[in-house]
Amino acid sequence: MQRIGVFVCWCGSNIAGTVDVKKVAQTLGREPGVVFSADYQYMCSQSGQDLIKDSIKQYKLTGAVICSCSPRMHENTFRKAAAAAGLNPYMVEIANIREQVSWIHKDMAAGTEKAIILGRAAIAKVHLNAPLIAGESPVTKRALVIGGGIAGIQTALDIADAGFPVDIVEKSPTIGGKMAQLDKTFPTLDCAACILTPKMVEAAQHENVRILAYSEVAEVKGFVGNFTVKIRRKARYVKEDVCTGCGLCTEKCPQKKAPDEFNLGLSNRRAIYIPFAQAVPKVATIDPDYCMMLKTGKCGVCSKVCGVKAIDYTQKDEFIEENYGAIVAATGFEPIGLDKFDEFAYSLSPDVVTSLEYERLMNAAGPTGGTLLRPSDLKHPHTIVFVQCVGSRCDEKSEKGVPYCSKVCCMYTAKHAMLTREKYPDTEVYVFYIDVRTPGKNFDEFYRRAVEQYDVHYIKGMVGKVVPENGKLKVQASDLLENRQLHIDADMVVLAAAIEPDKSARPLATMLTASMDTNDFFTEAHPKLRPVESPTAGVFLAGMCQGPKDIPETVSQASACAAKVIGLLNKDRLVGNPCVAHSDELMCNGCSQCANVCPYGAITYADKEFRMPDRTTAVRRVAQVNPAVCQGCGACTVTCPSGAMDLFGFSNNQIMAEVDAICK
Amino acid sequence: MEFLYYPGCTLKNKAKDLDLYARKSAEALGVTLTEVPEWQCCGGVYPLGRDEIATKLSSVRTLMAARDAGCDLVTVCAACHNVVKQINHDMACDEYVRTRVNNYLAPDVPYDGSVNVLHLLEVLRDRVGFDAIREKVVSPLTGRKLGAYYGCLLLRPSSVLAFDDPENPTVIEDLLKALGAEPVYYAERNECCGGYAGIADPEVPEKRAAAVLSNAKARGAEALVTACPLCYYNLKKHAAGTGVGVVYFTELLAGALGVK
Amino acid sequence: MEQQNMREEILFTANADPKKCMKCGKCSGACPNYDKMEYHPHQFVSMVQEGNVEPLLESESLYLCLTCMVCVERCPRNVQPARFIEAVRLAKIRQQGENRLKPQDVPELIDEDTPQQLLVSAFRKYTK
Repeated sequence: MQRIGVFVCWCGSNIAGTVDVKKVAQTLGREPGVVFSADYQYMCSQSGQDLIKDSIKQYKLTGAVICSCSPRMHENTFRKAAAAAGLNPYMVEIANIREQVSWIHKDMAAGTEKAIILGRAAIAKVHLNAPLIAGESPVTKRALVIGGGIAGIQTALDIADAGFPVDIVEKSPTIGGKMAQLDKTFPTLDCAACILTPKMVEAAQHENVRILAYSEVAEVKGFVGNFTVKIRRKARYVKEDVCTGCGLCTEKCPQKKAPDEFNLGLSNRRAIYIPFAQAVPKVATIDPDYCMMLKTGKCGVCSKVCGVKAIDYTQKDEFIEENYGAIVAATGFEPIGLDKFDEFAYSLSPDVVTSLEYERLMNAAGPTGGTLLRPSDLKHPHTIVFVQCVGSRCDEKSEKGVPYCSKVCCMYTAKHAMLTREKYPDTEVYVFYIDVRTPGKNFDEFYRRAVEQYDVHYIKGMVGKVVPENGKLKVQASDLLENRQLHIDADMVVLAAAIEPDKSARPLATMLTASMDTNDFFTEAHPKLRPVESPTAGVFLAGMCQGPKDIPETVSQASACAAKVIGLLNKDRLVGNPCVAHSDELMCNGCSQCANVCPYGAITYADKEFRMPDRTTAVRRVAQVNPAVCQGCGACTVTCPSGAMDLFGFSNNQIMAEVDAICK
Repeated sequence: MEFLYYPGCTLKNKAKDLDLYARKSAEALGVTLTEVPEWQCCGGVYPLGRDEIATKLSSVRTLMAARDAGCDLVTVCAACHNVVKQINHDMACDEYVRTRVNNYLAPDVPYDGSVNVLHLLEVLRDRVGFDAIREKVVSPLTGRKLGAYYGCLLLRPSSVLAFDDPENPTVIEDLLKALGAEPVYYAERNECCGGYAGIADPEVPEKRAAAVLSNAKARGAEALVTACPLCYYNLKKHAAGTGVGVVYFTELLAGALGVK
Repeated sequence: MEQQNMREEILFTANADPKKCMKCGKCSGACPNYDKMEYHPHQFVSMVQEGNVEPLLESESLYLCLTCMVCVERCPRNVQPARFIEAVRLAKIRQQGENRLKPQDVPELIDEDTPQQLLVSAFRKYTK
């Protein structure tokens, strides 16, 4: 028979306002096995915890039930207190009488009754609890960062500075990400390349950072502290360790018609290319879709001109396998495709561009050398219309856009407007907005400058149609404040396309068993209190892959993420969760259903010999759970048709006892 | 390939060419169009109010005829298509409308929107196929620069009509390519011609038609191709002096197939 | 009819939710007949939501909406402004003596090419 103590918390008036805590303590005190029962204002306070500890010692308690807030809040607090008093922490059960009772009920009598019932259920469970000891596993002191944009670079540098080796896996030929494509950055207008490239170089030169560019994660196995990751190193057809990045091949290559993705297709590049001057690693890559040698076997110019013999047309994709203790997802974003928004004539006119394309048209290293020229005829535009929220803030059921605010568009549009007016004062600039959203340090001041100092026409309304005609873009829009429809003959239209997570994030999330929301942003472990951790232990989040954010926020989040990774890698051993599944091998029939539903890959099968009647033996296939990988979700226990799977700490018996107590 | 065919009132009167060449082209392409017996007028515009029941009945009768014949229903007039397709959608998805319509008509088997409503352009694209049409062209429209004019009725609301990309449709352009012509893409091709509002204010279609014609002409179109008698009328009326012609898609098709 | 009842009737006929509107004005930016209308698509949505329907009932704008559905198509929030315009128009022309088009007026309004479609559409839109 257990000796159980019951501790009923008032939580100030949070619980005591709707639940008669004294009555709960008295009633539960009369339950079988309960040898002590008390109520207290704040059980989580130091003195509340002391009450628990003292009672455990004084009454020789073998179990404790705390009637308080959600276990998500303070289960750990009370378990630690119990452990300090010598009680196994898994002998503590929480009855949630705040979130599940006082916060959702108004009637004191009904609330009190329900609190008593939940307390009884917890007591019934404690009667069947057994002490559990958590296992330990070692930690591989190396981190993997997936994505080499500013989020990934910053995370990697911070982890590396703390003394741990880091690999950055980047799918494109160079690190730098979207930030490398930007011209200036708000709100200070420093040049993106000027502040990004030193970080790229630092990453390249850091003794603890290894950059695996033009590579993709192919497979992830293992668990927190012990991941094994297979990485595909895509064939560049150039030996990365031999190429000096001299660029001669990229000048001599006769194929000049490959669209330059760094300039978003606004210009062409050669089939062998270095994405941009400051690329890291600065090595050439052959685009197999355009290389004549690879397609027809006829050409070979790059190989002939290469002084160091770095070209290798026979190169194949290679796979490497590495062990990591922690994985950071920093997969970034893409602007949404605009093919469903052709009311803006994006497909009809080259002078209708996205904001990211406009960045390239403004950039000194862009297709126009930094002179703002419209793509159709390379003439100076004199009237430019910016359209905000293209595809953002759509109805949830929309098949065209996204339901969220993309967050960065208001500020970069103000930047574009301001820079355009600064460089070309003879250009009229219109910005159509729904709301101007500029929370952030010096952000609203920045936007006001665009209006007040740079005379940008901010118009509350939306563009409804763009008609390209006779070299002009006829823009039809509403001006809601003046209650009129505007007709503007523009030279360019710039669309602030909504952003969405990079397409590589979804398959990666599956490999990492990290959860995503309906928009394919990675979900954080807690939206406020654990914003850089995924719910999957050992997987961390940085940058746009978690939600829309600007560069300062991304960098902050990246450093926060690094701090969490460093905290993990600093540990030599990790204490696991003892509430894991285990199979009763005598009952298991090896059907594989548990392994099929296990989201963590924790279940394997082994052929085991069993003693049968008459001294015979038989070999049967049975499930085995790796307790270090199991997260205790319980999916296998409800799937198992023979009832062989059970969960420590949440056994079928314990749960049935709770249900019985509630229904009594 | 057999379909039940709903011509509608205008195709029997002012838009006889639209009807005649639809039938001739269909025949040349091996498509059998059987006219709905004793059909009634669809009413020209979809009754948008949810509690409009009586105005939806004639279309439901047509739809039930198709159901009873076990055929997909084919339309040619853009307005008829819009009305019948939207009412079919109501019968499938709006319990309020379905109940009241069935209560009123009291058919032996209540109607639930099960019929497939197709515009002839959809039949050409999805059932016959533009490649098959290209093979049957005897007098190709080589060298002709033609602008498709969709207007509103074929495309919107796209959530119900599901005809083509409502902002960047291509079915008529693709047909024109199959017939050997060079399609002209222009932004006004999915904007309204002014519709019936000419009755309330003749300036409305005048202004709208001018915008459509000038945009098409600026992009190089010699003529506009339409599936709607009202678009045809509004555009034609205001095309004088622009040098831009207006033609039904069925007439072009019949010409190219050599059955005109 | 009292304004409140009228609003409820209009909302029922419209079968759409004006609260979904985020007041971006794209409907009125897209409207091909904006300049002819006294009240514009976004105002119909907003005024019905606020119960301010009397001015709409008295406005010529009711008969100038082309029902081209471009406001419905381009609305980012699926508000369907045309449905509100239609519902207000129905609320008006269903009243006694509010037919906008009389058969005897027709001969003056048509020419020899006028398609039947135009007339049946106009009668649908302007009469009950």
